[in-house]
Amino acid sequence: MKNSMIEVEDFRKTYGNYVAVDGLSFDVKQGEIFGLLGPNGAGKTSTLECLEGLRAPNGGSLRVVGLNPVSEFRKLRNLIGVQLQSAGLPESITPDEAMKFFCAYHNVAPRFDLLERLGLIEKRNTQFYELSAGQQRRLVLALAVAHNPQVLFLDEPTAGLDVATRVELHGMMRELQAGGTTVILATHDMAEAEEMSDRVAILLQSRLVNIGTPMEITATGAGLTKISVRTQASSLSASGIAFPAVSQHTLKDEYSIYFSSDIGPTLSAMIAYIDAQGDTLIDLRVERPSLEDRFLEITNPGVAQ
Amino acid sequence: MNAFIHHFSFEFRAGIRNKQLLLMNYLFPLGFYLLMGFVMAEINPPFREDIIPAMLVFGILAATLLGIPDPLVNARENGIFRSYKINGIPSISILVIPALTTILHLVLVAVFITFTAPLFFRAPLPVNWLNYALIFVAMAFACAGLSVLIGVVSPSSRMTVLWSQLIFVPSMLLGGLMLPFSMLPEAARKFAQLLPATQAMNAFNGLAMGKVAAFSPWGSVIMLFASGVLAFGLAMYLFSWDSRNTTRRGHPLLALLVLLPYVVGIFMLA
Repeated sequence: MKNSMIEVEDFRKTYGNYVAVDGLSFDVKQGEIFGLLGPNGAGKTSTLECLEGLRAPNGGSLRVVGLNPVSEFRKLRNLIGVQLQSAGLPESITPDEAMKFFCAYHNVAPRFDLLERLGLIEKRNTQFYELSAGQQRRLVLALAVAHNPQVLFLDEPTAGLDVATRVELHGMMRELQAGGTTVILATHDMAEAEEMSDRVAILLQSRLVNIGTPMEITATGAGLTKISVRTQASSLSASGIAFPAVSQHTLKDEYSIYFSSDIGPTLSAMIAYIDAQGDTLIDLRVERPSLEDRFLEITNPGVAQ
Repeated sequence: MNAFIHHFSFEFRAGIRNKQLLLMNYLFPLGFYLLMGFVMAEINPPFREDIIPAMLVFGILAATLLGIPDPLVNARENGIFRSYKINGIPSISILVIPALTTILHLVLVAVFITFTAPLFFRAPLPVNWLNYALIFVAMAFACAGLSVLIGVVSPSSRMTVLWSQLIFVPSMLLGGLMLPFSMLPEAARKFAQLLPATQAMNAFNGLAMGKVAAFSPWGSVIMLFASGVLAFGLAMYLFSWDSRNTTRRGHPLLALLVLLPYVVGIFMLA
């Protein structure tokens, strides 16, 4: 049984009369990548900021690596790494200076190898404001992991990054995870959350509305699976054909698209129908509901599918 | 110590690399010095006697009041302090290191002015070098503290400019840089004594340049140091890591306490 690196119990954060987070509870185990999802204003940033020790909670209890993030912040700061959503570096600092500067405050040797790995070594003497948005985010990430933190907080880590850098970053996250680092990932990118997270929590209007593995979360929704079919003679495009468990049917680009709540009977009946019509199957695609579909279903009922 | 050195080294280089800071630390003070030397010393020859202390005081006012507060406010607004906090950079470093690096830039400017003014403008050199250096440090310390305090309590860049100009402009007009303190009307004198520039010029006249001070020059030195200590103390107390964090330890108006040594001085040194 792995240790809990983050324990959140009945956490509450308010700003005056505005309740940002209300009664949030979850825990994150060592080596887990935990996605924190929610629309803007759901309470993700407040939760992260309290876990990082930047703000004090108004109720409940928070422990990060067994420490209170507010009262034991001095001990905590060398155990956590944070990539803030804002750049958080002076305009005129160079990657080289930033690495020396931040590592010195963490009492570790500068990790220039990270600059190399993240493609910044040739820009090591370029001022921060002259770096591209992607380079700036990569530098902030390099600084966040330079002291080998036990818990890494990433707030929108891949926003503005090109595909190759995203892949590199995801690779780094997996390596850190393999080394035992716990990663808290706040993102709006559902594909990223689904691909990278072991578990995700969805916040909505200051409250936790769902938590589990991406597979568990997608399985708890309306559960409609998308089936796209194309046949030689387009026998499925005729109207009035009914298949078991199908709730919707549309036509798009020579494909008949069905949404089924139970794909076994639907597919059997569909293939039997195509055979019976003397038609030939050209393409068949089955797509289970994605985390994004489920997220939309939770946060914006009526928009999903 | 290693962390302090890296931080100091970065901030010092930023003072030259950043165009705004380069302007305030070097170009504006030295440009104004040369302009005043070539123009004012010709129009008003007695100004030669004051050019070294006056331009030193001007340089300090420009580099500190116009150079220090805005980067502090911008850093807070842009989340740089939050990033610093997470990485264990203490608030004392955030406040003191920019002040120290600015003072180091000012030392270079002071050396240039002090040794070129006699050559370029036939300005008299100080008669007491130790006091000259001491008053320079006291004035730089007081103004750096005041500037850091403005950066800490200003809610925005716009307000920073306003607060800085509230001290900078009267200092230029009433601080004894252009016009001797003794020529000011009585009411203006009292107000002028609230300004660090007036105290510095009085101390330079009485203790370093061989001229007569209008009031106690050692009192002026003590007031400058006292206000510097008070300013840094208040800045530490009122410091906030985050512009969105409303839990500040005290009301920003507490910053006005920085004037206390000067107010006491008006009565004690009258």
